[in-house]
Amino acid sequence: MTAAALQIDHVSHSFGATQALTDVSLTVPRGGFTALLGVNGAGKTTLFSLITRLYNNRSGTIRVGGHDLRREPSRALARLGVVFQSRAMDADLTVRQNLIYHASLHGIPGRLARPRIDEVLDQVDLADKADARVSALSGGQSRRAEIARALIHRPDLLLLDEATVGLDVKSRAEVLALTRRLIARDGVSALWATHIMDEIAPDDDLVILHRGEVLRAGTAAAIAGSQGLTQAFLDLTGVAP
Amino acid sequence: MTHPTGSARGWLTAFMGISRRETLRFINQRGRFLAALVRPLVWLFIFAAGFRAVLGLSITPPYQTYVLYEVYVTPGLVAMIQLFNGMQSSLSMVYDRETGAMRTLLVSPFPRWFLLGSKLIAGVIVSIIQVFTFLAIAWFWGIRPPVWGYVAVIPALIVSGLMLGAMGLFLSSAIRQLENFAGVMNFVIFPMFFASSALYPLWRMRESSPLLHDICAFNPFTHAVELIRFALYLQVNWTSLAVVMGCLAGFFGAAAFMYDPQKGLWARRKGGPA
Repeated sequence: MTAAALQIDHVSHSFGATQALTDVSLTVPRGGFTALLGVNGAGKTTLFSLITRLYNNRSGTIRVGGHDLRREPSRALARLGVVFQSRAMDADLTVRQNLIYHASLHGIPGRLARPRIDEVLDQVDLADKADARVSALSGGQSRRAEIARALIHRPDLLLLDEATVGLDVKSRAEVLALTRRLIARDGVSALWATHIMDEIAPDDDLVILHRGEVLRAGTAAAIAGSQGLTQAFLDLTGVAP
Repeated sequence: MTHPTGSARGWLTAFMGISRRETLRFINQRGRFLAALVRPLVWLFIFAAGFRAVLGLSITPPYQTYVLYEVYVTPGLVAMIQLFNGMQSSLSMVYDRETGAMRTLLVSPFPRWFLLGSKLIAGVIVSIIQVFTFLAIAWFWGIRPPVWGYVAVIPALIVSGLMLGAMGLFLSSAIRQLENFAGVMNFVIFPMFFASSALYPLWRMRESSPLLHDICAFNPFTHAVELIRFALYLQVNWTSLAVVMGCLAGFFGAAAFMYDPQKGLWARRKGGPA
């Protein structure tokens, strides 16, 4: 049986006395788009920090492509492409220099990285910005460059933490469409953290996270039922998204 | 998919990539290079010239004759370049953490100790370029150690640069915000520099205060200075070498511990390394 792109079982995390996540379990199937919906402070970024090993996972298990993050961190991290909520590229360097740097952090030499960089920049429609400094990019271009960075080592799973935050409506739609295109064409899987309902399609797998707990998981259509997703979310959490 | 950490080539690629980024950042920040040079040159041209008349130096190893104060102070200024470079690296780590660039490094599949070690070595390479530029200018000022001293000092510069860089790395793990870095200047750099043998020999310090002498003798920066001083004159100060190596292991071990999410302290704090 093929392992899921991401399998999280009974993960809890606290910061001192503050419980950030409680017994979280979720699965991202291979080649699927899974939305992680929650208001600010729901625990989405904490969960992402555990999956990317920025935080120490002390309870439960996290498996990326079947590799236990605690036992085989290198193999698990090699399969992840991450788009962080805030900018993670070096603003003083060009897009190409950033991508070469990121490729090297995955052991990809320049000789192999260069054609791959052209390919991913083409995918995200940034081929003409390859030699522009990151600081000169617009918000939307910057997010697309971050996605290119996350794709450079051909990951199996993309983690996107509020990837559209701070973008205008058009740029938001472009970034979302790009991610869906990558899933359909290249077969990567994606965990898309968001607090914006419009970004979730009825066929998407959806996990609702609130105050560190998974309240509901299933397809968006099944969770929304006849009342619509916004009302369903309100009923579950008592909070408007 | 080939696993990146499964071959020596992958590790070398990662190291080269980190070094290249540090070099690019250094090239992009020309002011940093200028500041790193101007600081010791001001000390050499103005401070040392002024103190030459005030401070008498007896014959003390590794010197075999009386030397001018400028000659005495040069190894201390070389170590000062490395001290500031180490702190600059530390500052850049804190900056990377604040801007988010650090996360790109930390989510790499290579182990943290390797990523931090690569960053450390890259910083030392930059500091050695700065040191040799300074020594070249000092040569025209009449500071002329034996020619082979310029070769012999390289290993000493590597070890002392690694030690001071590792100290900066450790400090960067403890500093949470860029604003807190001013405290490092006041509580680490200045005390380390002034309570050392960089500017005056320890026997002179003992004459004025035995306690201060003991503090200076305990200061790892003193041993970095002496290691460089002896190497420039084709000798090895074994005690200093041992202290510097020991401190290097200690600081790097502590930094690797602090940056490791499985063991480190800061992953338990809200906010974490990202």
